[in-house]
Amino acid sequence: MRDVVITGVGLVSSAGEGLEAHLAALSGGAPRTDAETFAPHPVHPVAPLEWDRQIAKKSDQRQMEAWQKLGCYAAGLALDAAKAKDDAALKGRMQLIVAAGGGERDYAVDGQILTGLRQAENPGVFLNERLMGDLRPTLFLAQLSNLLAGNISIVHGVTGASRTFMGEESSGVDALRIARERIASGQDDIFLVGGAYNAERPDVLLIYEMGGFLWKKPYAPVRERPADGGGMILGSGACFLVLESREHAEARGVKPLASIAGVASDRSRRKPGSVEQALHGLSAQLGGKPDAVISGATGVKGITEEELAALKDIAPGAAVHATGDLVGHTMEAQAPTGVALAAGLISEGKAAEALVTSVGHWRGEGAVRLVKA
Amino acid sequence: MALRDKQGRPLVAVTGMGVVTSIGQGKDETWAALTAGRSGIHRIERFPTEGLRTTIAGTIDSVKVEPFCAPMLSERLAMLAAEEAVGQSGLAPTDFPGALFIAVPPVEMEWPQREVLAEASGETGDVTYKDLLKAAATGRFKAWHDLFIFGTVADRVADRFGTRGSPISLSTACSSGATAIQLGVEAIRRGEADAALCIGTDGSVNPESLIRFSLLSALSTQNENPEAASKPFSKNRDGFVMGEGGAALVLENAEKAKARGAKILGYVLGCGEKGDGFHRTRSSPDGSPAIAAINQALADAGVSPNDIDTINAHGTSTPENDKMEAMSCTAVFGERMASLPISSNKSMIGHTLTAAGAVEAVMSLLTLSTGRIPPTINYHVPDPAIPLDVVPNVARDAKVDFVLSNSFGFGGQNTCLVFGAEPKGA
Repeated sequence: MRDVVITGVGLVSSAGEGLEAHLAALSGGAPRTDAETFAPHPVHPVAPLEWDRQIAKKSDQRQMEAWQKLGCYAAGLALDAAKAKDDAALKGRMQLIVAAGGGERDYAVDGQILTGLRQAENPGVFLNERLMGDLRPTLFLAQLSNLLAGNISIVHGVTGASRTFMGEESSGVDALRIARERIASGQDDIFLVGGAYNAERPDVLLIYEMGGFLWKKPYAPVRERPADGGGMILGSGACFLVLESREHAEARGVKPLASIAGVASDRSRRKPGSVEQALHGLSAQLGGKPDAVISGATGVKGITEEELAALKDIAPGAAVHATGDLVGHTMEAQAPTGVALAAGLISEGKAAEALVTSVGHWRGEGAVRLVKA
Repeated sequence: MALRDKQGRPLVAVTGMGVVTSIGQGKDETWAALTAGRSGIHRIERFPTEGLRTTIAGTIDSVKVEPFCAPMLSERLAMLAAEEAVGQSGLAPTDFPGALFIAVPPVEMEWPQREVLAEASGETGDVTYKDLLKAAATGRFKAWHDLFIFGTVADRVADRFGTRGSPISLSTACSSGATAIQLGVEAIRRGEADAALCIGTDGSVNPESLIRFSLLSALSTQNENPEAASKPFSKNRDGFVMGEGGAALVLENAEKAKARGAKILGYVLGCGEKGDGFHRTRSSPDGSPAIAAINQALADAGVSPNDIDTINAHGTSTPENDKMEAMSCTAVFGERMASLPISSNKSMIGHTLTAAGAVEAVMSLLTLSTGRIPPTINYHVPDPAIPLDVVPNVARDAKVDFVLSNSFGFGGQNTCLVFGAEPKGA
């Protein structure tokens, strides 16, 4: 089996742009939060970005909604960091796995239709007519899950082949897992892997509000939330990573940040104690002695305490950082973001070995082990 | 016979298949209808169609779910197909010894649910998302969170069949079903699992999804005679017809399958894929990504173009796809393409979108085992620009050892699979 290393990170969030800004923020204070726009739901809004720097054509920008633009932007940063941006042949064989949700809607149109439906003589016909008349034809392409990958292919020329994984937090872990396995087994040499999330959307808030998962008070660190009912604060952001075999990176003359020693994930029908048990199982599978933990804990009651309890046993004495306290919960991008931060800590010599956790707010548990490259 | 391929990887056998489409529940019924040239396209009765440019589809109306919505129907179709496939394989019905790879349509809350929330908000003036959020906060709609997130269909299928590990839900648009199979093949070849349950499912014919495709001018508007609307490779083709379907394949390490005495239905010998950065909905004009995907699949399977006996086309019936596909196949197969049978199941079942690659994989494997190539129906006005043997209108019996199945999708997705009754040289 071949070693799999990280040679590029592209990261954007409420904490800013780039790995360095995020590592600096790890030791900083509370994350940037917008408590007003979607009150009573706080969100962590993405820092302003100059889209032109990574998405050169305005016509491409217009074809994308926010989640796709964030992903495309972060993908560009990762390619730059891995010194791959200008190598068309390399990008032509680079594989792409994107962890994605989808959607984004025309909120004004939805509201007008819902208002009109109440009075409509024939609601079905009214719906047809309004959708036919009011939907922008290209909005569909900004909603399709696999079109983040499609846009990355178009904008950045990454055209080996793309696969899009869905399924909330788990999709981010599994994207990393499959990419790592394909490189380790020698099937492929180099991947761009990651995800993007736009939290500043009433339709996603709606889904998680229905489930009762959202924190509706002023920001508090994730570990403190369960005592007060628990809940997650969604964050806008994106993270992409360039993964490749050690030999491939060496041949390109690119210095790796860290090596991914293992990725483990599983699911079970959750019951009290199952998250704690799952994390013990995943950690045993991965082995090692982490001196840093990047936790993807959501702040949701029950599973957050279980994760913290498990981490005490798995990584006693390790510094535990929560991505939720840095960038918020970025759903599909959560695991890639944690891995990026862990790689950064290792690369800067602040950790020798790191464990990244990704416990889904509703289902799915994952963990990634990183070591020095 | 060696149970490894020429690259030393485990051979991947198919030991179970299940399918449900608008022309049949189960593979026997579907295959009988498909080889009889019967269409499943009909007028949409599920919702009013006044005001729509397209009023036909290959919906599956016999499968009832509550509440009716795309994720529920997609889940049910996946379950039906997987029950048939796992049942045929003889593996334990609730303790599947491998991973789940499932292609599911992107889900989101639908209009009936939005309307209920709007009503529950008590807002009598203009409704906004603020009102929907207020209704959501009552806690009365908790079940809809689970229903409308992306991982739920996979989670329920995983639970039902007891598959191992984290199930993977995926989308590569209209090649998703083929990608699910490719992921399963790779997992078995890497030795991570001895078996994989690979599913493609799509039950998403609802007003908004139909309108989205309609606004992109992707759909046929030949509503007058629904059964004749989908006419792949014909000169008068004008778009695809949406269809619903579910298909499941049980893949196994061939050695393990033989050891347990399973009946092998065929082999997935090769997979190929290539991205295309040309345009969001259109393919590179030179067809190079599709050509690369086909060539990669052939190479991966260890066969040459001359070995392929028939092609199960993507064949959507859109002007663009069929032209691109014909051109790409001609580039790979050369002069032989004039006589190499290439037929499109979509002429009968429509475009089952997320499920298509998996549905057509099952049909390709049945072509291998029965020696019968299903027809491309509605082929009455050949397109002189793409002279092909599309197996026009009537099924044909032939000796078939190797089938190529093509799947192409929005976002530059091109995935091709090669199936064989036996590996080459066996």
